[in-house]
Amino acid sequence: MTSGSPSLVVSRLAYAYPDGTQALYGVDLTIRRGERVALLGPNGAGKTTLVMHLNGILTAGHGTVEVGGLPVRAGTLPEIRRRVGLVFQDPDDQLFMPTVREDVAFGPANLGLRGAELDRRVRDALERVGMLDALDRPPHHLSFGQRRRVAVATVLAMEPEILVLDEPSSNLDPASRRELAEILRSLDVTVLMVTHDLPYALELCERSLVMSEGVIAADGPTRTLLADERLLAEHRLELPYGFAVPAHPG
Amino acid sequence: MSAGHHHPIYRPADTPVHRLPPQCKLVAVVAFAVCVVATPRERFWAFAVHALLLAAVAVAARVPAGAIARRMVIEVPFVLFALAIPVIGTGERVQVLGMSLSLPGLWAAWNILAKATLGVAASILLAATTEPRMMLLGAERLRLPRLLVQIATFMLRYLDVILDQMRRMRVARESRGFVARDLRQAPVLAKSAGALFIRAYERGERVHLAMLSRGYTGEMPTIRDISASGRDWGTAAILPCLAAATALLAWSTT
Repeated sequence: MTSGSPSLVVSRLAYAYPDGTQALYGVDLTIRRGERVALLGPNGAGKTTLVMHLNGILTAGHGTVEVGGLPVRAGTLPEIRRRVGLVFQDPDDQLFMPTVREDVAFGPANLGLRGAELDRRVRDALERVGMLDALDRPPHHLSFGQRRRVAVATVLAMEPEILVLDEPSSNLDPASRRELAEILRSLDVTVLMVTHDLPYALELCERSLVMSEGVIAADGPTRTLLADERLLAEHRLELPYGFAVPAHPG
Repeated sequence: MSAGHHHPIYRPADTPVHRLPPQCKLVAVVAFAVCVVATPRERFWAFAVHALLLAAVAVAARVPAGAIARRMVIEVPFVLFALAIPVIGTGERVQVLGMSLSLPGLWAAWNILAKATLGVAASILLAATTEPRMMLLGAERLRLPRLLVQIATFMLRYLDVILDQMRRMRVARESRGFVARDLRQAPVLAKSAGALFIRAYERGERVHLAMLSRGYTGEMPTIRDISASGRDWGTAAILPCLAAATALLAWSTT
């Protein structure tokens, strides 16, 4: 393992879509091992574009991305995709195999694992999200919350360096939302969580990044950022009605 | 959200027929169908033996006759076609219940009916004892092109998702007062179908991204190994071997 280097280092990352739309204008960020960080920002801020760079789905126009010390480039993609576990927003996109077992096995099997070791990874990952019972069920028989948890297991099975979650709390009922929070807190892995859900960010992440118009506009303790009304208003971020964050708890 | 959709044609049970590896069952059914087709149509007794063989499999697999009969409805269009042949056929004619029917036509109709019915019944037995997923794994073992198997696998996974989407679009249409009364409403339905296609296409792109993110390189990894032993093949061979013996016997007694 690469214990010395941070889980994620993005420096001066810029990207324009093929149609010329510039989405990222020089993003800089560092996430240390074991941190849980929220990436906040309004729609169209470039959050998804940034996420697509983290595992090399999109290739940087300018700048670099390093995961656990390994730079993202054509030659390192297989290892990068093992290290970066991307959980997509719609679990129906993420769970494409006929059974939960095969879906969770898909990633590690692509890494070349077979037999008992593959089975151990699958069981282990499902155990960590509390879904071992669903091993042989088809994904479409599960509830939405269960499917999201299985989606997390599909990337945990690859033993990633960093877990990247796109809107993990969207469409979840309050109980599933809490269950997922408990699971995420119990995992011993670096987490980057892309979200609009500010209370969820406060609950789970010590630190937040605010992304706006293709750059990181703010970086600091979640509590401090969410207490700064002017900062939130400037970047189209809003706390839910009746929700206030005091800068210093107590 | 998504209602539990089961595949009612598959009847879960733990019988020797259910336990056979899917590739053995696929080969057995195809071989059985070939034997049935090769049986001369004049030997009625041979078809009775074929039917008895299938009945024995059904008993071993604990598939009730009623379940098979209900599924046989799929054959109805062929039956109608077969029934038309004696009426419109030419050649020597015979009187049956006051109707003038063509004799070669009657033979042709019997031939189609008997052979198709046995083939359909065998397929129903296969489907009733083999999960759809296992069927695809079996097809893959039999060297069916992997791309075709992958496409069918995704269809199996996403059929319910797309049907659900279709249902939501219908509810949305009807909630705004749409009623499909006659042909004039066709453009609306056509646009819905187009929208559904685009959504399915976009989902395909997102699924592909999700696959790439987990290390997909164009080849599906083999996760479930369903190898068949010599004994499995031997068990599966019983049905086609008996059917082949029946067909041979039917030919030799001509």
